[in-house]
Amino acid sequence: MKRELKITVNGDLYDLYVEPGTLLVEVLRDKLGLTGTKRGCDSMSCGACTVILDGKAVKSCTILALQANGKEVTTVEGLANGSKLHPIQQSFIDHWAFQCGFCTSGQIMAAKALLDENPNPTRKEIKYAMNGHLCRCTGYNMIIEAILDAANRIQEEAK
Amino acid sequence: MASDFEYFNPGTLDEALNLLSRYGKESKVLAGGQSLLLLMRRKLVAPQYLIDIKGISSLDYIKVNESGDLSIGALTPHRSVELSRKIQQKFSILSEMEQDLAAVENRNWGSIGGNLCHADPAGDPSPVLVALNARLKIASVRGERNVEVEYFARDRFKVDLAHDEILTEIQVPCPALRTGSRYRKFSRMEGGFAIASVAMSITLNAESDICDDVRIVLGAVSVSSRRAREAEKVLIGKEITDELLSEAGDIASEEVDPIDDMRASAAYRRELIRVLVRRVGKEALLRAGNDSWKGISFKDTGRAALLGRR
Repeated sequence: MKRELKITVNGDLYDLYVEPGTLLVEVLRDKLGLTGTKRGCDSMSCGACTVILDGKAVKSCTILALQANGKEVTTVEGLANGSKLHPIQQSFIDHWAFQCGFCTSGQIMAAKALLDENPNPTRKEIKYAMNGHLCRCTGYNMIIEAILDAANRIQEEAK
Repeated sequence: MASDFEYFNPGTLDEALNLLSRYGKESKVLAGGQSLLLLMRRKLVAPQYLIDIKGISSLDYIKVNESGDLSIGALTPHRSVELSRKIQQKFSILSEMEQDLAAVENRNWGSIGGNLCHADPAGDPSPVLVALNARLKIASVRGERNVEVEYFARDRFKVDLAHDEILTEIQVPCPALRTGSRYRKFSRMEGGFAIASVAMSITLNAESDICDDVRIVLGAVSVSSRRAREAEKVLIGKEITDELLSEAGDIASEEVDPIDDMRASAAYRRELIRVLVRRVGKEALLRAGNDSWKGISFKDTGRAALLGRR
């Protein structure tokens, strides 16, 4: 039996009806068409499905959509301001921090949650905060460089 | 994912307990769901009713009472345990354990009580809580009862919970003076599943360096975390030396029943236990306030050099 789900995604309120077994990632991708969030391992090991739920990074592949009822979700689609990319997105491009891009939206959302909490992280703190994310193309150094640089850019913009 | 279940999301513990007393046997309790949903997706578990208690905010708290005893609501997220100042000050082993439990995304959503109820033999909270001599509060419409964490897990993925019961609180007594505790796991990567783990708590005598009490708890090497009672006997009542710790490690490695799996062979796990007991024992001893250990470099201790990663 379908249940009502009221969920705010990237600032827009949606009123949907979903089967209780529907996962948050399925609502985002299949019902709302927000395919920036990826399904990778589907078992919380790779981090590709990471979104921000009420201010905290979570893995949307293993959360029931109904558990996000009444909550606020930010996905990678919610970061850019019109045609201007978010500093983390721009920094990932400038530092060649992805090749195939499959893990990138999850990496970027985790980086966003990290920088919201800790605007000036050390390299070590970045490595630790990102340890739930797998990338099979780039290695991880460029991702770390991108996040370090993004932290600077965000602080510059705030000045 | 399989959707043929009825979903309830009670807002209070009473509502949840009433639902459980009605649907008990055919139902499963969902907290964060990071373990249960994986099992449901693989059709290993197929409940008719799913009772989602994640929204019961009254079970999300961390309190320390006047005697220094800690109580943690079962639905407290791992991340809150990790970051709690109260826990970092007096129960640092708990916060250290959480720092290396999966990834921050998992800790934001998963709860410490959910982890205990899932009873994965490789779970991190269980050995630490056994070392701290913690108890659990369990509720049902029939009333409340307590059980020691040590006896909560009965088998792989099986716990001492009746169909109508919910784990509500984890109670950790204030450690005695001159008590030091430490937890380490060996895993393939940071935040990974334990291949083997050891939690130890050592209490020294107030006047001498004699070991008054010790709990050695081994994780991921038996069906549930288990105390190495014979190894403990080697240390109790004595001034702990490197030789005694080695002996305890040797004995502990024989007190386990590890399996071969994709992560490691049983023989390798035994070897890890032998090394970890010695290493963790030294660190716990240092924290208990035995200064004579300060000059010892852990890298010098033979096979422990294998573990020099952290």
